[in-house]
Amino acid sequence: MTKVSMTVNGEAAEGEVEGRTLLVEFLREELGLTGTHVGCDTSQCGACVVHVDGKDVKACTIFALEAEGAEVRTIEGMANPDGSLNVIQQAFQDHHGLQCGFCTPGMVMSAAALLAENPKPSEHEIRDYLEGNICRCTGYHNIVKAIMAASGQDVSRIAAE
Amino acid sequence: MTVAKPLPHDAAARHVDGSARYVDDIPVPAGTLHLCFGCARISRGRVTAVDLGPVRAAEGVIAVLTADDLPFDNDVAPVAHDEPLLSDGTVHYAGQPLFLVVAESHLQARRAARRAEISYEEETPILTVEQALAADSRFEEGPRVYGRGDVEAALATAPLVTEGEIEIGGQEHFYLEGQAALALPQEGGDMIVHASSQHPTEIQHKVADALGLPMHAVRVEVRRMGGGFGGKESQGNALAVACAVAARATGRPCKMRYDRDDDFTITGKRHPFVIRYRAGHDAEGRLLAVDFRQFAVCGWSQDLSLAVADRAMLHADNAYWIPTVRIESHRLKTNHQSHTAFRGFGGPQGMVGIERVLDHVAHRVGRDPAEVRRLNYYAEAEEGALSAPLGGSAASPPEDISAKKKDLQERRVTPYGQVVEDFILGGMTERLLETSGYHVRRARVAEWNARNEVIKRGLAFTPVKFGISFTLTHLNQAGALVHVYQDGSVALNHGGTEMGQGLFQKVAQVAAQVFGLPMAAVRITATDTAKVPNTSATAASSGSDLNGMAVRLACEEIAGRMAAFLAERHQAKPTEVRFRESRVEVGAESYSFAEAAKACWMGRVSLSATGYYRTPDISWDRIRGEGRPFFYFAYGAVVSEVAVDTLTGEYRILRADILHDAGSSLNPAIDRGQVEGGYVQGAGWLTTEELVWDDAGRLRTHAPSTYKIPAASDAPEVFEVNFWQAENRAETIHRSKAVGEPPLMLGISVLMALSDAVAACGPGYPALDAPATPERVLAAIRRVRGAA
Repeated sequence: MTKVSMTVNGEAAEGEVEGRTLLVEFLREELGLTGTHVGCDTSQCGACVVHVDGKDVKACTIFALEAEGAEVRTIEGMANPDGSLNVIQQAFQDHHGLQCGFCTPGMVMSAAALLAENPKPSEHEIRDYLEGNICRCTGYHNIVKAIMAASGQDVSRIAAE
Repeated sequence: MTVAKPLPHDAAARHVDGSARYVDDIPVPAGTLHLCFGCARISRGRVTAVDLGPVRAAEGVIAVLTADDLPFDNDVAPVAHDEPLLSDGTVHYAGQPLFLVVAESHLQARRAARRAEISYEEETPILTVEQALAADSRFEEGPRVYGRGDVEAALATAPLVTEGEIEIGGQEHFYLEGQAALALPQEGGDMIVHASSQHPTEIQHKVADALGLPMHAVRVEVRRMGGGFGGKESQGNALAVACAVAARATGRPCKMRYDRDDDFTITGKRHPFVIRYRAGHDAEGRLLAVDFRQFAVCGWSQDLSLAVADRAMLHADNAYWIPTVRIESHRLKTNHQSHTAFRGFGGPQGMVGIERVLDHVAHRVGRDPAEVRRLNYYAEAEEGALSAPLGGSAASPPEDISAKKKDLQERRVTPYGQVVEDFILGGMTERLLETSGYHVRRARVAEWNARNEVIKRGLAFTPVKFGISFTLTHLNQAGALVHVYQDGSVALNHGGTEMGQGLFQKVAQVAAQVFGLPMAAVRITATDTAKVPNTSATAASSGSDLNGMAVRLACEEIAGRMAAFLAERHQAKPTEVRFRESRVEVGAESYSFAEAAKACWMGRVSLSATGYYRTPDISWDRIRGEGRPFFYFAYGAVVSEVAVDTLTGEYRILRADILHDAGSSLNPAIDRGQVEGGYVQGAGWLTTEELVWDDAGRLRTHAPSTYKIPAASDAPEVFEVNFWQAENRAETIHRSKAVGEPPLMLGISVLMALSDAVAACGPGYPALDAPATPERVLAAIRRVRGAA
């Protein structure tokens, strides 16, 4: 067991882990941050996406020890400082960009990473960026729409209620 | 008004901030143990020697259980009692659980399970339709046959007979949340189980049998699933029973979640089918007789296969009146996972069969497939019809009226004798072909294909008519439990489960409407077998139809008691009491709902009620294939356009235009999500989602790395979804229609559009099998060119 410490959602976090402990296990089991989901265990589905030093990373594809000293952000740390939903979270709710919700945290984290590097992505760019995030329920339409809306773009063309 | 509003999913806010809890997220007591199955590596044979010593010696292992260690019933089957939790030594498929590891952690359990040393005596597995038929390996004594008339005679006299066969692959559910369960042992041997299950009552039943307890000693709670799609109707039984048995043996809480590879390997999928057809028709493409032979690959145990195969037969007609028809259904027992419920429950496979026939016939007679489809429609329902679906001239001499009426009546009867009283596809089709610009685009596609050698386009229209009700009539019942507290808050419970489809919100909208309350006043609570007993699975698209009615009845019972009490107090009639805008009005008096609730409580009025609903007017004899299995039909229509690269077989869906019938929708936003998601899931099934078993019967596509789920870029960029604005003719909850399964079958249009694009490459008929992967599309292109 090795000691690991990192900053998670702005707060210092530390624990004892094995070398093989995945970041997602550390977050879920040691820190109780269960909003980061395990969908496929093999870095395909994207339900476990978190930010490590600002980059979107699948938390099942990185060891906890690799995040030593890093700034980690999870879905639990995405709300506005006053606790209200941030613009992406709000858009997913308003535009029905979710059904069962299991992929949603990963989708929100990927969307945030996309918008950080490309504040006004085209629909095509959004679809491309989400290639590592599987949703089995929605058919993606409302997810794409939510991200367009969160980036302040007109979504009236994408279909009404 | 809360009904008919496009409100977000009830847990949307919790989903976007990560606080919505799934089974694996529930905080567990200290000392909770984790389970993993040790699974068979061969697909058929016997276990000759087992050494579990290395498993028991592995780090963290607390116990290892085999079939001999199970205290009571070793069975997790939903129907036939033919599915042991742990093998008795016989191996029926590669992935079958042989033993159960109980360890301190999930990873330790998984690592230990790999260390067993097992010897087998292998037998030749049955893996194909031909092998199963040769061995007469099947469920039920022989094929079921439904139909009417003398098909052989009708085929013999038909001007044209078109024959063929289509192979239809299965489908992995890939619910994003894998199977999971958690068992918490209680005092006196009782057990509480949290399960990711569409069928809590069945979990309760199987756990009780496995523990030798009455059902009242087991309580099952399901707050939500991360997707179900039918895959959690019976396939979660094994995990829940394993957890309960292990919890009983160790006295500690036990949790099990399948790793994704295990989930793929252990659980059943959508049934693969082979459908052979002979269709007699005229030169216009009018069907005269069809002979179907459906071969359902059921896997090793019966599971729900009989009902699935029945539903495939009941949708072999889809939207079409076939004068003379025979449907023969073989339920084949093979050495695969036990195939199970999957959105549509056999209906999609049956529907693909007839859509293939119409595509083939249209190609044969050289007519637009959309026109051939319309030509064969059932007779349109009388009032509200926009267009008559029948060909021929409008004006008829008076003496023909009764004959025509008789003809129309005949054109409403399904092969199983149910009269289609609500057929609206004539009008829907007319509208959709117009709004999608079908005819103009058909000409453009032809023009494009004439000018382009490499990229070919295809366009297809397909309809959906889906029967709503469980075909097992006794399952069409539901219960609810509603409490109004003295502060005016309402707690709502019913037997339906939430898997993302928005059932909880739709039903809560119904409850809020009865009391005239805002949504925030109604608390949605987890499905719980201790609150509502003897429930049916949340399946067959029936969730809101059944539970919505049960909840409304419970709410109306309480509202009725409140009204009677307040009316008496104010010398009014109970019918004059109004519940609206969070107030209760009695004549000139007006109470806040909370004041009214408190007054009723003080007046010793019970503010808790159960509601119970059973679907009326249905009856079904599945052996004879006669009756009225469905309360009503739900309809949909779609036009899909694709582009195919003829050098590689790769393709894209360019555009989809959908017109769907959800009756008077309880929540149009939620229903729209079902339509969009269903279409993409259906298209995935028929295009990229290919399951591959090797010659030894091992599933080789056991993760999303090798099994291609549609991604965001696979969905059509132009996606027009509209609803047909008409209420359900049947008396359903607020005249809405079921919307869970029907949209999946809109995806069939993608397969047909690919067929259309391939047909543009040469004179032959593409005869595309499903899934129409790029490899298959490329092979079909070569085939149609070769036919020159």
